[in-house]
Amino acid sequence: MTLPGPQASQSRPAIDVTGITKSFGGKVVVNNLSLRVEQGEIYGFLGPNGSGKTTFIRMLCGLLKPDSGSGQCLGMDVIRDAALIKTRVGYMAQKFSLYGDLSVRENLDFMARVYGVPDRKAAVSHSIERMSLARYADQLAQTLSGGWKQRLALAASLIHGPELLLLDEPTAGVDPKARRDFWDEVHELAGQGLTALISTHYMDEAERCHRLAYIAYGDLLAKGTVEEVVAARGLTTWEVSGPELYELAHTLKTLPGVEQVAHFGNTLHVSGPDRALLAASLAPFHQGPQNFREVATSLEEVFISMMNDSLKGGKG
Amino acid sequence: MTIFSPRRFWAMVVKEFVQMRRDRVTFAMMIGIPLMQLILFGFAINSNPQNLPLAVLSNDDSEFSRTLVTAMQNSLYYRVTNVISHESEARKLLDRGEVLFVLTIPQDFGRLLARGDRPTVLVEADASDPTATGFALGSLDYLFSQSLNRDLLGPLLSLRAQPGPVDLRIHRLYNPEIQTKYNIVPGLMGVVLTMTMVIITALAITRERERGTMENLLCTPVRPFEVMIGKIVPYIVVGYIQMLLIIVAAKVIFEVPILGSLPLLLAVSILFIAANLAVGITFSTVAQNQLQAMQMAFFFFLPSILLSGFMFPFQGMPQWAQWLGSVLPLTHYLRIVRGIVLKGNGFADIAPELWPMAAFLLVMMVVAVKRYRQTVD
Repeated sequence: MTLPGPQASQSRPAIDVTGITKSFGGKVVVNNLSLRVEQGEIYGFLGPNGSGKTTFIRMLCGLLKPDSGSGQCLGMDVIRDAALIKTRVGYMAQKFSLYGDLSVRENLDFMARVYGVPDRKAAVSHSIERMSLARYADQLAQTLSGGWKQRLALAASLIHGPELLLLDEPTAGVDPKARRDFWDEVHELAGQGLTALISTHYMDEAERCHRLAYIAYGDLLAKGTVEEVVAARGLTTWEVSGPELYELAHTLKTLPGVEQVAHFGNTLHVSGPDRALLAASLAPFHQGPQNFREVATSLEEVFISMMNDSLKGGKG
Repeated sequence: MTIFSPRRFWAMVVKEFVQMRRDRVTFAMMIGIPLMQLILFGFAINSNPQNLPLAVLSNDDSEFSRTLVTAMQNSLYYRVTNVISHESEARKLLDRGEVLFVLTIPQDFGRLLARGDRPTVLVEADASDPTATGFALGSLDYLFSQSLNRDLLGPLLSLRAQPGPVDLRIHRLYNPEIQTKYNIVPGLMGVVLTMTMVIITALAITRERERGTMENLLCTPVRPFEVMIGKIVPYIVVGYIQMLLIIVAAKVIFEVPILGSLPLLLAVSILFIAANLAVGITFSTVAQNQLQAMQMAFFFFLPSILLSGFMFPFQGMPQWAQWLGSVLPLTHYLRIVRGIVLKGNGFADIAPELWPMAAFLLVMMVVAVKRYRQTVD
């Protein structure tokens, strides 16, 4: 397999864990998960709500202790060296977790102190400048908008120059422009050798990652580059455009070989795992008023398909 | 829109009850704590204290002096805990608060009494808490004449006449003017410190957890002990500001005489402040939300006020309540403050009160650090 990360092949992986398992009250949240993330790679971590993404990330940064499993993170043992790993990892929680009643500068200053950053004042100023936070430097963090809070959180998680960044749904509730800026930033950092593991729900963000993993209900269902993940699922997708799509959608859903029918604005996407069966099911409708066209399967269809499967498995 | 809709109102009521039921710990505390406190304080508190410790310094071996001591014991107000032979010992026992009264019977008491010379009997009382000793002292006059009258038979019958067979002298030490404020104001210092220190820190870690900042904190290399003492130290400063305010007020507004050394008081107070902060931090690690933390703080605050000797005389409580009270730092701190301010106690006098506070602090810190979760599960 070719590894697309810029510095992927040259040294030990940033994260290399096997068989990580965690249960809460008898319910398995992360099941026997193995993951390898190369240095300098931006690794997307996808999955539905409650799939165990947050739990897995929390185990990597020492917030939770795995029930079983082993591996290393930045060359250190994930179980034994949890305290050491913390000093070299930046973590950004799903919920804003800095101090709302401290200003931007005070928050960064606090983090810099806790990590023992040398030449703290310069580091904080540099961080504020780099993240374009200067305008808000003396504003209380709780008064910032969602996008700026997220920038502050990113700045805070980077203050000590970590080698690995763990970002748990960093862009939830952030507008498209701020999301774009955020991803540009992450890519620039990756260019400098930083590794990032980012969980997200957004398909467009998944496509910005070098590689990704998909987990649902604790199980790792797919991993690889976007193309690999899409190809491995082997779905065929048709795009339907024209009138009366709502009625058509109801009919199509009942046909053999049709796994999912989804509305995309003025079109429908119909997909299924068996190419021939799907084509045969759709054939009678070609005479209707709508246009049928085979298109490339997107990541979203692949994930919905995987999610449906794991739900049928009775695990959800 | 109606001004008041019973349906909307009822929706609120139902929702409140459902939420109340969800937070089991809080619910249990709402029911359990009042019940516990009712039983505890109902039995423990006695505003007419009895069985108060008495030292007897008797220089006379006559049956009359024995009658006096027996009469005091029988009155239930007094309990002889020390029999001493020297005046200096008496003062020491009073200074340290080990006894509240010293009865001194002069030489030849029996002989003088029989001769009708009305010998002097001295009762010295620790009047720093006037309510603790008031009833007991008030009973003495009647007690002595009644008990001795039984012994005054035959030729001594005439001595029963007024003004009584003995000349009772009562010395109210430390607070001769019987000013309750002399006792209350220094005591308030301990109470105010307990209240603010425990509540502030009880919220400290709970707030981090509730606001989600704990998650960030736990990801940093900061260690539990660093978090604890880092949260305690700033409030020690606050505690000292409170103390200084109260000391100035005591002196200027309430005109409480300060006999002992203020530097000594300030120095030993750090132990008390730290002990209270440690309690707060411990609650903070146990409570799941700020409401629970507040409830726990009050759960600690009430016995501190009621069983420490602040509101009600410590010596007047049943033995089990005194043991319970002895665990609380405020009990010891009150003795220290009152000792230094009203009695002019030096370090040697207050030293016995220091180690229980130190032990309490140590236990609380250990519990807090153990309970502080390094992880979020």
